[in-house]
Amino acid sequence: MNYLILSAILFTIGAVGVLVRRNAIVVFMCVELMLNATNLAFVSFSHQHGNLDGQIIAFFVMVVAAAEVVVGLAIIMAIFRSRRSSSVDDANLLKY
Amino acid sequence: MTTLDVVFVLLGVVAVGAAVLVVTTRQLVHAALWLVVSFGALAGGYLMLTAEFVAWVQVLIYVGAVVVLLLFGIMLTRAPIGRSADLDSGNRWAALAVALATAGVLVTVLVRGFRTAYAPLDVAGQGAAKPLGESVFRIWVLPFEVLSVLLLAALVGAIVLSRREI
Repeated sequence: MNYLILSAILFTIGAVGVLVRRNAIVVFMCVELMLNATNLAFVSFSHQHGNLDGQIIAFFVMVVAAAEVVVGLAIIMAIFRSRRSSSVDDANLLKY
Repeated sequence: MTTLDVVFVLLGVVAVGAAVLVVTTRQLVHAALWLVVSFGALAGGYLMLTAEFVAWVQVLIYVGAVVVLLLFGIMLTRAPIGRSADLDSGNRWAALAVALATAGVLVTVLVRGFRTAYAPLDVAGQGAAKPLGESVFRIWVLPFEVLSVLLLAALVGAIVLSRREI
């Protein structure tokens, strides 16, 4: 129960960070924070219900988050190379 | 308050405080380092929830790999290392509204939906690697294989994206 509230608060902080921050890498950090909050909710549900499925889904979320960070950083590097900036406000065109 | 409650409050305060600092700090590298603190507190929370394996995977993947990758990203994009004023974008009020709405909805739903749920603590060794591995390779083996293909695709995609001649 308490863990669910903690996870909700962490998710909110991450959402605010995605909206407020301008640097793409900090936006990434905030996305990671939100993913962690959902992981905490999964693990605490798994603990409440006494089976392991929530923990396994949390594990899968971590794998997907790792893949997402790799591809995202590659995209940020590509944007940085073409625009010399890592601010999300400069990447406002959806074409190359 | 039992000992578990006290430990939970300590871990929660550390996790939320570090997360707030990630969002509000003016220095990029400090944001990454506060992220380490927040993830570490969350790993402690997983341990408290008897999810040992998830806790150690959290330490290995997030604290070990993801934050290092983010620090590499900060260095490679030649971000300003010191204090920089233009880190915040302009939509501060929209963010405030979204924050209040999200917090309200999430806390209300969770409290109303799971008020009567309880957490038994006498399930020893439930989150250890052995039962988790058995479950992964018996019940969840198809998602596991799909995720391995996804990791391969992410690897190839990252290499293709970061080549110079695109």
